[in-house]
Amino acid sequence: MSGRSVRRHVTSGLMTSLVAVLSFTAVFALVLILADLIAKGASSLDWDFFTKNPVPAGQSGGGVANAIVGTGIIVGLAALIGLPVGVGTGLYLAEYGSGRLGWTVRFVADVLNGTPSIVIGIFAWTRLVRPMHGYSALAGSVALAALMIPMIARTTEEMVRLVPHSLREAALALGYPRWRTSLRVVARTALAGIVTGCLVGIARIAGETAPLIFTALGNLNFTTNITQPMQTLPHEIYEYAQGPFEEWHRLAWASALVLMSLVLLLGVTARWAIRQRHGAAR
Amino acid sequence: MTTLPVDPATTPDAVSAPAPTPTPQAEWRTLRGRNVGDRLYRVTLTALALVLPLLLVTLLAELVIGAWPAIQRFGLPFVWTSVWDPVAGVFGAAPMIFGTLASSLLALLIAVPLALGVAIYLTEFSPKWLRQPIAFLVELLAAIPSVVYGLWGIFVLIPFLRSYVVPPLRAALGWTPFFSGVFYGNSLLAGGIILAIMIVPYIAAVSREVLLAVPANQREAAIGMGATRWEAVWTAVVPYGRAGLIGAIILGLGRALGETMAVTMVIGNRHDISLSVLQPAYTMAAAIANEFSEAVGDLHLAAMFEVGLVLFVITVIVNAFARLLIWRVARGTAVGSRAL
Repeated sequence: MSGRSVRRHVTSGLMTSLVAVLSFTAVFALVLILADLIAKGASSLDWDFFTKNPVPAGQSGGGVANAIVGTGIIVGLAALIGLPVGVGTGLYLAEYGSGRLGWTVRFVADVLNGTPSIVIGIFAWTRLVRPMHGYSALAGSVALAALMIPMIARTTEEMVRLVPHSLREAALALGYPRWRTSLRVVARTALAGIVTGCLVGIARIAGETAPLIFTALGNLNFTTNITQPMQTLPHEIYEYAQGPFEEWHRLAWASALVLMSLVLLLGVTARWAIRQRHGAAR
Repeated sequence: MTTLPVDPATTPDAVSAPAPTPTPQAEWRTLRGRNVGDRLYRVTLTALALVLPLLLVTLLAELVIGAWPAIQRFGLPFVWTSVWDPVAGVFGAAPMIFGTLASSLLALLIAVPLALGVAIYLTEFSPKWLRQPIAFLVELLAAIPSVVYGLWGIFVLIPFLRSYVVPPLRAALGWTPFFSGVFYGNSLLAGGIILAIMIVPYIAAVSREVLLAVPANQREAAIGMGATRWEAVWTAVVPYGRAGLIGAIILGLGRALGETMAVTMVIGNRHDISLSVLQPAYTMAAAIANEFSEAVGDLHLAAMFEVGLVLFVITVIVNAFARLLIWRVARGTAVGSRAL
């Protein structure tokens, strides 16, 4: 081998190791963050944490029951608003989306997908908070729903498009009307994929804070009234992390661990649903 | 010759003449058209699909209307003047725009080598059994909520920077304007690093799909010419997917520009333009998060709306540009949309 050839092979080997090292660095960052979450959060996860409300600032003890319930209500309500519209839009794009309106909707969905969530928050503020003269959980839910609709629409469309044409044609040939074909044959076949998309969408909005700051605001007390300000886990972490008290920081870490587990749980369920679909396809 | 107008219904011809026999296709169409269920289904879906365009139009209208007083008052200089004084009613967004761009570019500087490394390693070099696990773990980075990144930034990253990274940096490079001044913790550097970790999964996922779309014969041809494996990747695969890779990077930039919570928590939130990455800065998204609901007076609120409008317009342009580039490489498939 000439010197030049050796140098070329050494370069190749070095660069190969370099990209491997870079990959493991990225994975290492994830491991580091998860490890910190567990190390700093796990010890605070006790019965009080889940069942008690916050105590006045500076005192120790208390929990985040209000934020956990609030996250459940706001995210649930957002899903209730966002899922039908998102899935419907996705079905429209897959079934009738070849025309100009389809192109427009697809383009708009992509634009909104890239829109900063804080800007969506401004939208909810002008449409709901200002007219109603007050922050409310409902406004937060609408903002989160607006965030999830474009995401769910695009994944639903992709999943429905994966259904083989022969299936649809067979149903139509049997005299099924189009709508029943679409709902009972096509959508049902793509169901696992659609559900996955919905779960991923819910997981994404469950961790969102920015659109909630000036819509749902946050609340130190326990409430289930959706016309009132309501606390959520992400917003509570945001407030507590920046506060001066050790006790708040402790609660923030524990809340972050809970929020992260929730998001991961949804993600893992989604992956499980994908596996179901692949199983069914075989 | 004149003909009297006759009521067609009364002419015997019109009554008795058999209707033109429909072709089977036309008959099928009328049948379809009359199917109430189909029409209802289509109308319902169309109505749902119209929600998104309506949302976008409303959003844009709200932003412009809300920002109008500020637009009228300050005009274009809003984006390059840097006085932000709610009490005097003078607003210039230059520091936020600078901070947004600076933190995003700093993030790209760190994230691009990492993400491209991940994508190249996964598509070209890694053993098969490692591909799925690594891809999954890197994607998980995108699942971590922004506010959790912020929390981690405050209590782990900033102390780490303060004790281990900044002292040697300042010793070596403190004489340059980029590393001058006192380091308090919350800074452009902290914001850039947090942003970098957050956008790595996006850039990596899209780059990976772009590289996978490069035909195998590109690699084979290069290897056949006697290239080493790395040379094949660097001279045949990467250039082939260049447009898509740049698209992936710009998509990451779009994410970074609009990212709010994590940045707000670590960047320091100071209205100031400083070249030093050790100094606090401000971003547009952070300013909206901090000041929007506490705006003092109508003009301040209008200025916040205008900041939102500027941010929205910038991200739309950046994202549209990125998608255009990605589509050029992986046409037809909604590349990356799943990952995003």
